[in-house]
Amino acid sequence: MHRTGELYGHFETLEQQRESASLGMWIFLITEVMFFGGIFLAYTVNRHANPVAFAMGSNTLDLKLGAFNTGVLLASSFTMAMAVWAGHTGKQKLITLFLILTLLLGGIFLGVKTVEYAAKFEHHLVPGSSFHIPAEDVSAAAAKADPDFAAHAQLFFSLYFGMTGLHALHMVVGAGLLIWLIRQSMQGRFTAKYNTPVEMVGLYWHFVDIVWIYLFPLLYLIDRRHK
Amino acid sequence: MSEHIVSPKLYLGIILTLMVLTAVTVGAAYVELGPWNIVVALVIATLKATLVVLYFMHVRYSPGRTKLIVVAGVFWLGLLLFMTLADYATRSWY
Repeated sequence: MHRTGELYGHFETLEQQRESASLGMWIFLITEVMFFGGIFLAYTVNRHANPVAFAMGSNTLDLKLGAFNTGVLLASSFTMAMAVWAGHTGKQKLITLFLILTLLLGGIFLGVKTVEYAAKFEHHLVPGSSFHIPAEDVSAAAAKADPDFAAHAQLFFSLYFGMTGLHALHMVVGAGLLIWLIRQSMQGRFTAKYNTPVEMVGLYWHFVDIVWIYLFPLLYLIDRRHK
Repeated sequence: MSEHIVSPKLYLGIILTLMVLTAVTVGAAYVELGPWNIVVALVIATLKATLVVLYFMHVRYSPGRTKLIVVAGVFWLGLLLFMTLADYATRSWY
């Protein structure tokens, strides 16, 4: 593609190029909203139909790890916003620093998620032939309210892995984009005049954060068993 | 229009608010509120998401067309959720 400096041939000015990129990015993010929206809807409908099994499933999740990860992801959004700020103000070293911090925090999030997944495998709570809930874990009231308890609990875990897995996949893609940005940033490619890629990846990263902002309460919080 | 630069101080205020809201929503999960638990959790989540969209994603300082895309997206998502849930919620046999 023909390019003069940072300006691609089919744009008149850098400003026009940046605004076009932003428009395209936002439209892409809205398609992502609809994509995740459908899955959230599936979760809501199934939870409504199987409240007992879903409450049990939700209570097996580690609230402390979930809350910790929420904090980590929010912090990574902050460092990402700061990377964009450093781009706008032309502080090249800070762009690199904040991008690396964002990548590190994203890595911590995925690491904690791995620990959570491993626990579910250990406890036979992964849907499939080895899925098993010990009889003593199912209260008489729960078994009476929902005779198909185990099958419905599998539904919860299918949705749990589907939703958090797709979210984690988006994080992995985001981490790849961050590495791509960090490499360019270290070569001094981003300046106060040209930092559109940092800004666009920033929008994506914040979007992934917002998905988690809704996943956390819906999966971890709303069905906590009260003492 | 050239981009509006948000000060790091404002970002710091936003992230602190987000952390406080997270603590509040975790705390609220331990309080028995019956059907209101889910309402409180979703209201707090929406508050957090709004802060992220307006400040971290700069929508507050963005041109009208960006705001239009956001509003249209949320509206369409609302239609998807509202129409489907209205159906499921009113089926007595379901």
